[in-house]
Amino acid sequence: MIWEALKLAVKAIFRNTLRSFLTVLGIVIGVAAVIAMVTVGQGSSDRVTADVESLGTNVLIVQPGKDAMGPRRDGGQARPFGLKDVETILTEMPEVETAAPIGSRTLTAVFGNENHATQVLGTDNRYLRATDWPVVMGRGFTESEERSGKAVCILGETVRTELFGFADPVGETIRLGTLSCDVIGVLEAKGASSFGSDQDEIVVMPIRAFQRRVAGNTNVSMIFVAVRDGFSTDDVKLEMEFLLREMRRIGPEEEDDFSVMDMKQLASMLTGINNVLTGLLSAVAAVSLLVGGIGIMNIMLVSVTERTREIGIRLAVGAQGGQVLMQFLVEAVVLSLLGGVLGSILGLALAAVGAQMLSVPFTPDPLVVLMAFAFSALVGVVFGFFPARRAARLDPIEALRHQ
Amino acid sequence: MADTGMPPLIRLEDITRIYGTGEAEVRALDGVSFDIAAGEFLAIMGPSGSGKSTAMNVVGCLDRPTSGHYFFNGVDVAGLTRDQRALLRRHYLGFVFQGFNLLPRTTALENVELPLIYKGMDRTERLHRAREALRLVGLEGREHHDPSELSGGQQQRVAIARALSGAPEVVLADEPTGNLDTKTSLEIMALLVRLRQERNLTIVMVTHEEDMARHADRLIWMVDGKVAHDGPMPDGPLHGAAMVPGVTS
Repeated sequence: MIWEALKLAVKAIFRNTLRSFLTVLGIVIGVAAVIAMVTVGQGSSDRVTADVESLGTNVLIVQPGKDAMGPRRDGGQARPFGLKDVETILTEMPEVETAAPIGSRTLTAVFGNENHATQVLGTDNRYLRATDWPVVMGRGFTESEERSGKAVCILGETVRTELFGFADPVGETIRLGTLSCDVIGVLEAKGASSFGSDQDEIVVMPIRAFQRRVAGNTNVSMIFVAVRDGFSTDDVKLEMEFLLREMRRIGPEEEDDFSVMDMKQLASMLTGINNVLTGLLSAVAAVSLLVGGIGIMNIMLVSVTERTREIGIRLAVGAQGGQVLMQFLVEAVVLSLLGGVLGSILGLALAAVGAQMLSVPFTPDPLVVLMAFAFSALVGVVFGFFPARRAARLDPIEALRHQ
Repeated sequence: MADTGMPPLIRLEDITRIYGTGEAEVRALDGVSFDIAAGEFLAIMGPSGSGKSTAMNVVGCLDRPTSGHYFFNGVDVAGLTRDQRALLRRHYLGFVFQGFNLLPRTTALENVELPLIYKGMDRTERLHRAREALRLVGLEGREHHDPSELSGGQQQRVAIARALSGAPEVVLADEPTGNLDTKTSLEIMALLVRLRQERNLTIVMVTHEEDMARHADRLIWMVDGKVAHDGPMPDGPLHGAAMVPGVTS
């Protein structure tokens, strides 16, 4: 019986191909949008995780303030770290391979007629080593440059291209805000990060030079820590929290006024934001599934009216109300599932293009496609029920008389 | 009325069917009682609005009487639910309509198959039976024609095949020749008479054509929702005045 209903449904749907196609368009768009959103969102989450993990799973980030990445509840009033703290961590904790101070600002870099706004990072060679970021032209900082805070800088690939084009920048002098700075090297190109920001959009200078000439204080806004191989990041993190509490003389009753984050936390926080966005966009897209469902209900009502006589004939030859209901319900479900199939194909195609454009990996999730299917079937059942019930309740005599 | 001593296949007892309420009330059937024995060929005649179609719909379980009892094989149909009446139609009744009522854009074979689908028959059996029914009505070779490709007489033959495919006990024919020319009408009537004999069918036919009614062996004449005459097919003329006692024209 269900097989007969399926055959009938397919026949009825393809009897009026254009109308059926227009009817399912809403479902197609809804399913396609949800699948595209979720797939691209998933890809970008994967990309974020991969990016963060590429920094090394053995990395810890120390920042003043309780919630380093979230909104600062203390209004940024937490006591800053200083260069001394970096050295203390290095001497007190043998498990730490490297610790590097980091400060950053956005400034305009000027060379000749070219100027370009970029991120200026104050740190030292240890950071470049820990992040495995080689200098490909010129050289890194010398010890005396780091110690004295000489105004020298190493350019990221993008900054080099913007300011110098194809010319050799090493030995030239650029201006960063009001500060003149000698270019001593160029960093290897890294490409775009997970959020599409260009990681080569950077100028690196010694932290002391940054503090004195750019920031105008002796603060370190972030300490980058690499844990020695063979030590558990979790253990080192706990130990570091103890050490920092001691260093900052935090009483046993008081809360931390700093945060130590490992890459897992960082990744989950970043993908968390990503997932919320994906969810919101998908919810908006799902609304069009609802609209599509209403479209199906509308056309099924038209269909029931058009086929009143057919329903009368079926009732006369012995169809029960439930069987007529089933026939129209199956038709509505087949119609919306058809929309689900078309929508899945379109959605995956869109996701593939979108992933390409945003340079995130294209990772279609069978579960998402399956859910989209299930959801479109549900839409068919919900919105097909009312017209089908109307068909099932028709009076056979009146239905037979219907012209 | 053939009195065989057997309980009648169909018994109507004081059936009324009222449409509307209050001022607008219409008594389509007003205290109708008659029996139909298995194997009878009954013609119901009467002027327009006399309730003959309503009587037919009640007998066909398409309509429910407002009051009275309708026994089919001894079961009171008036007490059955909508779905139970559907089952009764499915297993015991076959319909032939004036307007053929074939499914459009559906082949003759598929039309004839329709009642068998609801009987839950498997495909092979269904096809076999449907082909057999079409052969019986002389439409062999037209199995895959659409109703639109068939003449009126052929369409009515398909409808008769459809009514017969489910092997019903009773065929209800509502003006079966109303849309056909005289020659075709006579062919259809001959077919019904032949099938009745071959299959021992009970046929109830509503008609207003005297020539067609003549094929039946019993006549019920209805006027104003009442049975005005019920008896064997008379030899004399079949017109209103002759049928209603006490009325002269």
